Parts: sequence; C-alpha cells; structure tokens
Amino acid sequence: MTDVASPGPDPRSAIYVRGTFVPPAPPPGSIVGPLGWSRRHLFSSPANIAVTIFTILLLAWAVPPMLDWLIFNAVWTGENREACLAPEGGKVGACWAFIQAKFGQILYGRYPLDQRWRVDLVAVLFVAGLVPLAIPRVPFKRQNAVLMLTAFPVAAYFLLYGGLGLPVVETALWGGLLVTLVVAVTGIVASLPLGILLALGRRSKLPIVKLVSVVFIEFWRGVPLITVLFMASVMLPLFLPSGVNFDKLLRALIGVALFSAAYMAETIRGGLQAIPKGQYEAAAAMGLGYWQSMRLIILPQALKIVIPGIVNSFISLFKDTSLVLIIGLFDVLGIIQLNFSDANWSAPNVPATGFIFAALVFWIFCFGMSRYSQYMERRLDTGHSRH
Amino acid sequence: MTLRDTAPSPLPVRRSSGGSMLYDPTIRGIVFQILIVLALVLFGWWIVHNTIVNLRAANIASGFDFLQTRAGYDIAQKPIEYSIDDTHGDAFVIGLLNTLIVAALGIVFATILGFIIGIARLSPNWLLSKVAAVYVETFRNIPLLLQLLFWYKAVLSVLPGPRQGLVLPLGSNLSNRGLIIPRPIAGESFDVVLWALLAGIVAAYGIHRWARARQMATGQIFPSGIVGLAVIVVVTLVAYAATGGPLTLEYPELKGFNFVGGLVLKPEFMALLLGLTIYTAAFIAEVVRAGILAISWGQSEAAYALGLRPGRTMRLVIVPQAMRVIIPPLTSQYLNLTKNSSLAVAVGYPDLVAVFAGSTLNITGRAVEVIFITMSVYLIISLITAAFMNWFNSRVALIER
Amino acid sequence: MIVTSVAGASAATLDDVKAKGFVQCGVNAAGLQGFASPDDKGEWSGFDVDICRAVAAAVFADPTKVKFTPLTAKERFTALQSGEIDLLARNSTWTMSRDTQLGIVFTGVNYYDGQGFMAKKSLGVSSAKELSGASICVQSGTTTELNLADWFRANNLQFNPVVFEKQEEADAAYDSGRCDAYTTDASGLYSIRLKLANPDEHVVLPEIISKEPLGPAVRQGDDQWALIVKWALFAMVNAEELGVTQANVDELKASSANPEVKRLLGLDGDFGKSIGLAPEWAANVIKAVGNYGESFERNVGQGSPLKIARGLNDLWSKGGIQYAPPIR
Repeated sequence: MTDVASPGPDPRSAIYVRGTFVPPAPPPGSIVGPLGWSRRHLFSSPANIAVTIFTILLLAWAVPPMLDWLIFNAVWTGENREACLAPEGGKVGACWAFIQAKFGQILYGRYPLDQRWRVDLVAVLFVAGLVPLAIPRVPFKRQNAVLMLTAFPVAAYFLLYGGLGLPVVETALWGGLLVTLVVAVTGIVASLPLGILLALGRRSKLPIVKLVSVVFIEFWRGVPLITVLFMASVMLPLFLPSGVNFDKLLRALIGVALFSAAYMAETIRGGLQAIPKGQYEAAAAMGLGYWQSMRLIILPQALKIVIPGIVNSFISLFKDTSLVLIIGLFDVLGIIQLNFSDANWSAPNVPATGFIFAALVFWIFCFGMSRYSQYMERRLDTGHSRH
Repeated sequence: MTLRDTAPSPLPVRRSSGGSMLYDPTIRGIVFQILIVLALVLFGWWIVHNTIVNLRAANIASGFDFLQTRAGYDIAQKPIEYSIDDTHGDAFVIGLLNTLIVAALGIVFATILGFIIGIARLSPNWLLSKVAAVYVETFRNIPLLLQLLFWYKAVLSVLPGPRQGLVLPLGSNLSNRGLIIPRPIAGESFDVVLWALLAGIVAAYGIHRWARARQMATGQIFPSGIVGLAVIVVVTLVAYAATGGPLTLEYPELKGFNFVGGLVLKPEFMALLLGLTIYTAAFIAEVVRAGILAISWGQSEAAYALGLRPGRTMRLVIVPQAMRVIIPPLTSQYLNLTKNSSLAVAVGYPDLVAVFAGSTLNITGRAVEVIFITMSVYLIISLITAAFMNWFNSRVALIER
Repeated sequence: MIVTSVAGASAATLDDVKAKGFVQCGVNAAGLQGFASPDDKGEWSGFDVDICRAVAAAVFADPTKVKFTPLTAKERFTALQSGEIDLLARNSTWTMSRDTQLGIVFTGVNYYDGQGFMAKKSLGVSSAKELSGASICVQSGTTTELNLADWFRANNLQFNPVVFEKQEEADAAYDSGRCDAYTTDASGLYSIRLKLANPDEHVVLPEIISKEPLGPAVRQGDDQWALIVKWALFAMVNAEELGVTQANVDELKASSANPEVKRLLGLDGDFGKSIGLAPEWAANVIKAVGNYGESFERNVGQGSPLKIARGLNDLWSKGGIQYAPPIR
C-alpha cells in the first residue's frame, strides 16, 4: 500500500495544486472582539437595540441606589442605634453594625457562651463528613455515608443537647443558624428512608400498600406546611397518651420530616419510573426477590438519577425551615426578627438590614446547593439515557 | 469462551401448594397487606383513643357546635357582609374567601410576570437574558416568608403616614395605610353596559367561528382577533355613552385618621400579593423556559418550510406543543401559591389560617376541630385543582395523536 | 431531648414534680418586660415568673428548681391541657369559658388588669372615644380582640382592625406607624411602650374598657396541685398584710409572737402538711420572691422601668382589691 495520505508536495502536481491550506484570514473586526460580540448579542436588530436601551435604563435606575444603600452609605461599625440613625438632613444606608453586634446570636441563638464550642465541633464534624461525600472522586463513599447516618447523629445529639458528662442545654436556648441547620438536616435525613418506602409503596402491585402510600403522599402534599406545624405544636400533644410529651423542637422536626417525606417520595418515584423495564425483568430473571432486586439493582440506579431532585427537595426544605418562626422557634430569620425589638438597636434601617442579611444567608446556601445539583446533573447525564 | 461441561440445572418450579405457603408471593402479599391494615387501624385507633381520653380527662369541650356560636371579633377585609354578631362559621367563610381572592390574583399576576421573565431569559439579547436570570436565581433561592416580611416590614412600613402619603394621579394615595384608589360606583343603568359587553363577546366569538369555517373552506384568512376585539370595545363604549355614562368614581377623602371612601388595598394584602407574585413568577419563568426549550428547532424549520411566518409558527406550532410541557408543572406552581398564601398569618392578612386557625381557634380552644377543618379545606382545593388539571392534561394530550 | 415524661391530666402533679425535680412553667414567649422576659443568658424574670418561682420554692424550698416554656397565645392552653407544663403563668385572663371548657382552672388573680389603648402623642388624642375610624393593632384570639369589637360598637364608633398572630408582630406594626392605636391589657401597654423606638412619643389613654383579671392556671382534676398554686399566691398577699418581707422573714420566724405570722411561717399548725408540703412552705416562698408588694414593686412598680402604680392591685386595706383568705 502506498502512503496516499502523506503530506508534502508532490513534484508532479505542485504547479497546479497547493500542498497546504491557505492560512485563514482573521475574521472582520465587526464579528470578533467586544464590538462584534455586542453587535451580535445586543444590537442585532432595531427591536434588540430598543430592548438593550430599556434594560440599561432599568439597571441605571435600580442599581446605583441599591449599591449606595448596601455599601457606600452603610454604617459598618457602631455600638448602638445612635450609629445607625441618619445624620441631620443626610442619608444613611444599611446598618451592618447591627449584624455585627448580633452575629453570635444569629449563629447560635441563646446557646450558652461557654458551651458554644460544642456547636462548633458538630459543625466541623458535619463538614468533615459531608465534603468527602459530595466530591465524586473521593473513595469510601459507603463507609462514610454509614458513618454520617449512624455515628454522626448520635454524636451530634450528645454534643448539642448534652448528657455523657456534658451539661444539658435546653432546646429553648437553641437558635439562629443552629436551629435552621438542625431542622433542615434532620428533615432530609429522616425523610429520605421514609420517602424511599413511600415511593416503592406507590409503585407496588399490592393494592392496599399502593392506596396507603398514595393517600399519605397526597395528604401531606395537599396541605400547607404552616398548618402541619400548627398541628405539630397544638394538636400533637393531644394525640399522645397522657404522660408522654415531646419537646417543641422535636415536634416541629416530626412535622417537617413527614411533610418533606411526601415530596421526597415523589422525587424518588420519578427516578424509579426512569429505570427501563428491562432492568426489572433482568433482576427477576436472575431469580432475585423483590427486596433484593430493589436493593441491588433498581434503587442504586434510581437514586443516582434523582440526586439532583433530592438536592432540589433539600433546597425547598431549607427554605421552609424559616416557617418554624411562626410556631415560636428562632431560626436565622426568627432570631434576627427577635432582635428588632431590642430598644438599643431600634432604627428605621435595621429591619431592612436584618432581612437582607438573612436573605443573603439563605441565598448562599440555596444557590450553592442548586449549583451543586446542576453539576451532578451534568455529571450523571451519561449512561442512563436510552439513546 | 468456555463451554459449560454440565447442563444447567432446571430452575426449581415454584409451587403454591400447602408446604411452601410462606414463599408464595400472592399469599405473602395478602398477609403483608393485612398486617399493614391492622397496623394502620391500630395506630389510628390509638391516636383517636388518646385524643378522646385526653379531652375527656381534661374536661375539654369538643364538637363542631362552635361554628354556630357568635364570633365576636372583627375582620379587616370583608368581601361579603360580616359583623361581630355573625358566627364562627361565617368568619370561616370570610377567611376562605380572602384566601381565594389573594390566591386567584396571585396566580394571574405570577403567570403574567413569569411568562415575561421566562421568555426574556430566552431572549437573544444578552443583557435582558442575564437580568432575567439574576431575577430567577435571586428570588427562588430566598424563602417566601422572608420575602413577605421584607415587603411588609422593610418596604411598606417606611412609607409615610396617611396625611403625608404620596399623592398619585386620580386621587389615589400611597401611605402606610395602603394604596387607596377611587372606587368605581355603578349607576342605575350600568347593567345595560354589562349586557352590551357580553353581547360584544358573543359577537366576537361568532366572528371567530365564521372566520375559521371560511378558512377551512377557502383557505382565506380573516383577522378575526383584531376585528373581534374592536367589536367588543365599540359595542361596550356605545352602550356606555348611550346610557349617559353610568359609572362614577368615588374619590377617597382624608377624614380623621384615615381615608374614607375609595377602595383600600391594605399593606398586608399588597405585601402578600407582591411576595407571592414575585416568588412564584421566578418558578413559573423556569417552567416556561423549560417548556419552550423542549420543543426542538426542527419544528420551527418544518413550519417555515410550510411557509408559515415566525409569528404564526410561534402561535400555531411552538406554543401549543410547549403548553403541553408547561401545564403540569405550572399547575403545581399554582397549587404551591395557594398553599403558600397561608403565610398571610405572618403579615396579618386575614386569610383562612389567620382568621379561622388564629382567632377562632384561640377563642374557642377547639384546636383539633379547627386544624382538621383548615387542613381539609386546603386538601380539597388541592384535589379539585389536581383533578381539573388531569382532565385538562388528558384533553391536551389526546390532540397529540 | 426530648421525650419527657410528665404528669398526665389525672395523675398527681405534685408527685410528678417532686420526681422530676422541677416545676415546668409556661410563660409568655413574646417576652413581656416586667411580667416575664429572659435576659441575654436566658434567665427569666418578672412578675409572672415570680409565681413560678414561688411555687418552686413552696415545693422544693428552692426557687431555681423551675424550667420555663415560652408559649404563644395559641399554644398556651394546649400546653397545659396536654401536661407539657405544670403551671401556666402567662398574663392570661380568667374567664368563665376558659374555666369551664378548656379543662383548666384558674387559681387566683395575681394582677387585676383592664384593657386600654395607647396612641401616638402627635395624634393629639386624649380619649379612646376620639379613635373613631382609627386603625388599631391587636393580637388575634385574645379577649382583647373581642372586647375591642364590643366596645367600639357599644360606643357607635368605627375602627379598622389590624390583627396579628403574635404580640411582637403587633408591637412592630404599631411602632412602624401602621396603626394609629394599639390595644391590649393596660399592664402590657406599659411594658410594650418601653420597647418602642421612642417611648416618650406614645401615650396610654385613660379609658379602661374591660375587666382583665390575670392569673395562674393549672389543669382540672388535680385539686392538691391547684391548692398549692392558689395558696402560694395567697401566702404572698398575706405576708404583705402581715408585714413579713424577704428581709425580715427569718427574724420573724425566730421571734414573732403574732399568731397569724406564726401560722403563715409554719410555726403553728400543720398547714404545709395538709397540702403535701413542708411546714415552712410559705416562709420559703417569701424568702425566694418576697411578699406580694415586694414582687410587684421590684418587677413592675416603682423599682422597675415600668413604674406602674399599685392601683387596684394594692391591698384591700389600702384601697385596692388584693385580698387573701386567712391562713387558719
């Protein structure tokens, strides 16, 4: 065989045919560079130009006052409300000094000062356990997950509440980010197994199991969380035999967990439905029983598909934790609002500052999680599509 | 590849006879279900029993008779006649109506805003699509309750008092008592105008039917939309002028502490509506975007190949298909909005939860009954909406094939 | 955390309290300064809190053996009914329906109150009858909300209610100018005024439109426990009458020849034993929180920022209506 593809000039045809490509000429200046980009994306047609101008005007109207309020005119340091009051005839922006003064409470609530290291320790353990779980490359996922679901909750319980030689800290003293995270994490951890069971139940061939699952799921999805929390705080005590009583925080946790389990079940059901029927049939052909085929074949695939969905449920749950303030628990939002009534800090700009700070806290968590969910979605986007 | 040196042993035949009843899937299924039913019945009985024992032991009155007793409290927003002598049952109706009002308006506004932002996010204009993206990412990642409190406490409460309120056109006024606008008052012959409006709508529909039939028969297109709209407007205006303009505006007047007359949109109502609209619109925008992106570009190309213009392509080809993708998640957003309207309690808007599960519950002390009724109402609203949307969906889906 | 076993409705609360080692007391979650509010460390103090501490002192001779459950208006009666708390001291009005339909029983009145109004001074209002057409902030589901509606109708006046689920929300709305006036129990008005941005710009109007006898409540069906709470309060009032104070209680115990004082302090008769307590139960109460007058002045009276006059809450012998049955 001759080397037809070999490069280099052929002496016989060199006269007529170029041996090499003409180097591409640079594109005209109107296509590339910032000018070309803006022509394509901002000024491609009269309508587009109008939209661009309108949007720029909108931004020019809205953004500078916001920046002024948030940064340039803001009060960054101060001891009390005096610092945050507007000077005579002048303008004053956000009162960040308020956040600075209340920062400890926003993180821990009224958790005793000398015991706060316990909360910090739990946070460190949590991050140390969660980060390796969240990064796909890190090995020992299974062992790590088992540790997070068994040892961590026990350790967190004794560290946060007390016992085993640690002084007890009543949950009434808990607050701030601590309560937000405790409610959200407990909610997700409790709702996951329950959600899996309900999702399997809803797809079960047994009519009563199916009916029970459907009724449970549709009931919790049909009522607002706030009525669930009211029920947990006002009615639950009457449901239990006299002599048994739950802590207020625990009652809220039960309500939140049941509520989010129903949503979790629907997310997981989506994953189960996405598994091709052949997988079920193959599992049955291998002689696996129902639970075996679920545990070994179906659920590992289905759960992997719905990781983004689970993260999205977690985002909703995380936002929903703010509702516990309505039943008198103090999460981040609750504790900030509680501090508005501190006479030392009552200035007109304090509520807006507090709400914006709380919004920032929630936004960072939720946006971070949604980015993670999109990242996982892209990562998992191979291997399961049927094409 | 290696060959097996022994023939595969035959699979054990599953027998469903006496000896291995334990392994029969049918019987196991039945037993399992009976156990579940037993467990649930026992659990339910346990709860009911505990509740009854607790209520009786503590000598707490129970029953639904409180619905017939005098409520005795006033409600800030009354869509229908209500006085403090009416019953808790009447107060329940007021609360329910207030919930439905704010939910219905919220759905309308959130849909409009959500569609605008969803389409803006797909705009070829980079700046506009980025602004829309920032809107969506900001508002859907902040809890609704926080947004409501922000609108209510940080924005509306810094408005001036009624005497220093911002004066707007038409005698409207914006202050910390709310937005006060003139109230339209219908005169005696106003129903004639309404009938004319109705007649116009019927006529427009007739024109539309005729235009469609003609297009089917001859292929000629008649601009039935614009003509129909013109008919409605003209007929109504003519009737309005002929009856001597029976609609008058009642302008608000500052008397004593507050405005008297006019229509008052209270800050509680505005904050709730604003919060629900802005929050839900962010989700609807994503639904709309996903719906439009789900329609492949080939559909547009096919329509162009058939000679349809871009506007018609959008209206006749893209939108009907996108709606099929959009409607199910849109419905669940509507349901979410309705359920979220219960956060009214945080900003003092008298919805069902605030009125009935608030004042009535506290006054009568019938916690179990009141929470039961409240949850049932939301459940019924959810189920009705779900049923309607399933029906609608099946109709839309049928056209597909 | 969390699962605790406490007295059921029919069990003997005293035995349960003794077994667990503390009294669980329900107080106002909103923190009503002077009546019940926590400091930065979560230590509760106030006039209502003193009732809790008095009961703890009567049972354990130690006023610190009490735990507080902050409750909203909605939760307060259920918490008591279900046994979550042993005693409710949360500025709750004693009414017949609450006494008869909720399975609870009020044991006495520690503060004779009445509903009043507060308005901005700049409105120039000097009487509640000038409030026609005003927006009025009120907390939902309270006797206050009902009285408000009745009173305005009885006086043929209009008003716009602005109703909030929680007291602190109503406070904040009034402070921001959403309402022209604020209504709640007069004692609450003084306490809430202190929390406003500029307390001096607000005035409490003279009208008192209702009777609001505030007092502690316990579950029905446990007479012994009800007696303990009832007599802890009576002991404080009797002590004031007899001149027994926190400072002189030990001295009087050693030296007093007054038979009434001797009976109060457990030197004569076995009144303590008859309600299941130690003989010096009342002495312990007074040592812990002082007599009624001392507790009043320290928390809400001249010794406090509220500076509420004794008024109706003075002793019957001094023009008020606080009156305790004798210990004999």
